[in-house]
Amino acid sequence: METIPYTVTPREDTGLINAKLGIWLFLASEVMLFGGLFSAYIFLRLGAVSWPEGSSILNVPIGTFNTLVLIGSSVTMVLSWAALAEKRFDRFRLYLGLTMLLSLLFLVVKGFEYSEKFSHHLYPASSSFMAIYFTLTGLHALHIIGGLVVNGYLWGPGSKMWASDPERFTNRVEIAGLYWHFVDLVWIFLFPVLYLL
Amino acid sequence: MTSASSELDTHTRTYLAVFGALAILTVVTVTVGYLSLPVGAAIVVALSIASLKGALVASFFMHLISEQKSILWLLLLTLGLLLVLIFILIIAFYDHAGTIIVT
Amino acid sequence: MAEVHGEQSFWRKYIFSIDHKIIGIQYGITALFFLLFGFILMMIMRWQLAYPEQPVPIIGWLLGEEGILLPEVYNSLGAMHGTIMVFLGIVPLSVGAFGNYFVPLQIGAPDMTFPKLNMASYWFYFLGGIVMLASFFVPGGAANSGWTSYPPLAVIATMGQTMWLVGMVFLITSSLLGAVNFITTIIQLRVKGLTWMRLPFFVWSQLVTAFLLLLAFPPLEAAGVMQLMDRLAGTSFFLPSGLVVSGQVLEVTGGGSPLLWQHLFWFLAHPEVYVLILPAMGIVAEVLATNIRKPLWGYRAMVYSAVFLGFMSFIVWAHHMFLTGMGTTLSGFFQTTTMIISIPSVIILTAFLLSLWGGSIRFTTPMLFALGFIPMFGLGGLTGLPLGLAPADIHLHDTYYVIAHFHYMVAPGTIFALFAGVYHWFPKITGRRMNETLGKIHFWGSFVCMNGIFMPMFAQGMAGISRRLWDGGISYQFAQDAGVLWSNELISISAWVLFLFQIPFVYNLIRSIKGGEIVDDNPWEATTLEWAAPSPPPHGNFTEPLTVYRPAYEYSVPGAVKDFLPQHQPEEG
Repeated sequence: METIPYTVTPREDTGLINAKLGIWLFLASEVMLFGGLFSAYIFLRLGAVSWPEGSSILNVPIGTFNTLVLIGSSVTMVLSWAALAEKRFDRFRLYLGLTMLLSLLFLVVKGFEYSEKFSHHLYPASSSFMAIYFTLTGLHALHIIGGLVVNGYLWGPGSKMWASDPERFTNRVEIAGLYWHFVDLVWIFLFPVLYLL
Repeated sequence: MTSASSELDTHTRTYLAVFGALAILTVVTVTVGYLSLPVGAAIVVALSIASLKGALVASFFMHLISEQKSILWLLLLTLGLLLVLIFILIIAFYDHAGTIIVT
Repeated sequence: MAEVHGEQSFWRKYIFSIDHKIIGIQYGITALFFLLFGFILMMIMRWQLAYPEQPVPIIGWLLGEEGILLPEVYNSLGAMHGTIMVFLGIVPLSVGAFGNYFVPLQIGAPDMTFPKLNMASYWFYFLGGIVMLASFFVPGGAANSGWTSYPPLAVIATMGQTMWLVGMVFLITSSLLGAVNFITTIIQLRVKGLTWMRLPFFVWSQLVTAFLLLLAFPPLEAAGVMQLMDRLAGTSFFLPSGLVVSGQVLEVTGGGSPLLWQHLFWFLAHPEVYVLILPAMGIVAEVLATNIRKPLWGYRAMVYSAVFLGFMSFIVWAHHMFLTGMGTTLSGFFQTTTMIISIPSVIILTAFLLSLWGGSIRFTTPMLFALGFIPMFGLGGLTGLPLGLAPADIHLHDTYYVIAHFHYMVAPGTIFALFAGVYHWFPKITGRRMNETLGKIHFWGSFVCMNGIFMPMFAQGMAGISRRLWDGGISYQFAQDAGVLWSNELISISAWVLFLFQIPFVYNLIRSIKGGEIVDDNPWEATTLEWAAPSPPPHGNFTEPLTVYRPAYEYSVPGAVKDFLPQHQPEEG
């Protein structure tokens, strides 16, 4: 009975471990998911008689703040991985904890923005702009929540693996990081498209 | 200090430098937004800056710069297909009999 | 993810298993059930078409007091027949079942790279199936806007459509997990010596299929989310302003476009066509090679064609939309790409045909189904050419001609290949062979009936009979003059007889599990790696580490002692 190879050491001819290839494939499909919504945005905007300027409806300073929060969480994420590579577990915990705090902060700000829109009677049904705004940011927020769950697991119960199989655990954090940076990357495009244009 | 850990320190420095660049670019794109450029120019500037930021995140945080070529090919394929979808939708909008969206 | 495999409870071993073989069997059983279910839906519809507005026998009581199939129920059955056959029947059987079971075996791997994701993939599929089945019982019945769910109709349809969308989200998730798993497995877990050009064609076909699922499905998921928003949150992604329904202007935000849905839908659904056909080609390649006792003709050309087919399938989608007011530039582009994409299919089919030349053919049941696939797929392919050219398509669009064309691809095409796969690989899964006589009855009966169903539809379509209509509408008047209306009865009877000919198959399948002839590990004397494992393969698949020494189909090598050289056999001895 064999175990599945290349979970920790890369395969020689591909130079990859399984999980690394897997997450990139998943991210490729995510590109197409958000890309599908982006292309819908372009199509609808092309056909619209008038399209509001994002800054006239959305709060640009808050959006800018949230962008910086998310970029910050990406930095702490990659630092937490670097800490593991340096075999400094306490630092890893600190940085990953910071990542989670920053992503929570992002969600809180997002929730505040949403409730502000609702209080002005702006709902998804209000206009094509609001429809695409809520759909894109809502789907993005779901991805943030998914990342929070994964990071929470790696910070808490999942971190036991550090004692038993540190190399594999470091890989896991790197994989989770790749996902997290992708979520950040999506926001980097969402922000100007929705808030500034 | 061993050479391995000093190498990691340079990594950390790189990450922080990238963070700085991203923050600055964010401020730049917002500032440009307040200039109220014509729509076409605004789109070009905003998307260029976003692409630059995206490239920074992908290259340094996601380590694409030192990743296997196969991953790059996968991403190029995906981006190519996405561009096909977007451009055909744009062409479909213009190359069409009658009005495509009634508002 | 390496797993420790000790003693396992029944639940862990058979229900929430992470063994790719158990998951493959779970997929297979569920998918066969859905194939049967989708077939039954169609048989009910055929009653209405053959004997309009007469009470349906046997199950009429399910349809209301009079037992007559009402138009709204007919619409539901039609939409769900398409959805179930494509997303719950054929793809799960060809990819979920055969792919799951045989890809790891054929590349000599102990399992898939991510066994737990594999299990999740099955259970998402199962959930999606449950949601689809449950949708029959919500007010207004199951989705009734066609399997394509075109808005605005789908947006204002009854609750079943919401269920359909939720079900599709589950199914898409399942496909994505599966696709990631397949690609990683094929790239990472090939055994030593199994280079790309030594891979069995089946593995290649699954690899290309997985890429199609991975990159084409997400835009439909995006579109599905938008349609859900339209239905639940009152947005207007797909609804134009001033939409009039039943003489009244609908109160919507407006500003949307039904065409947007069509583009996003077909961006998936055309690659999906190749998801349906590629694994079938893969199975046929395996069965042919084994039963002609010579290497496949043009293996490399077939592989390149399959890869090219995968690429091209992303840029032909709007040939489904020639009648949407598309301009000539775009239509010209899509007509050209559509003509180009027929070339690789023809190359593969030609390779199959030329492979037969000079072979010493064994006419076993799986071989009969594989041989049946070739002309049936050819017919389906050739009749597709007029549909790819706008001038002809404008006449034939949405007629029974289209139904006949794509059913020739997927019914006597793909489904025959799947039957070939069942008969071919049954000995590996159970250690027993299925009964040949019953298998031959199954084949010849199905072959005749399939043609009885779909051949007359070409004539009906050319006479202008519209698809999807409960009573044929005005198109029946043209058909009456053309004298093709009588064939409705022939088609329906063929369909019901086809059902009868599936009984020997089901009986054979169930009986052979315990009562079939016991055979050794390699009863067909085949060369690929799955036959190097014991039958049925144990957990972890192979008893000893393998190395591959040669291409996939080394049959009748001059000078060899036997007429087949297994891939893992070191040297002639």
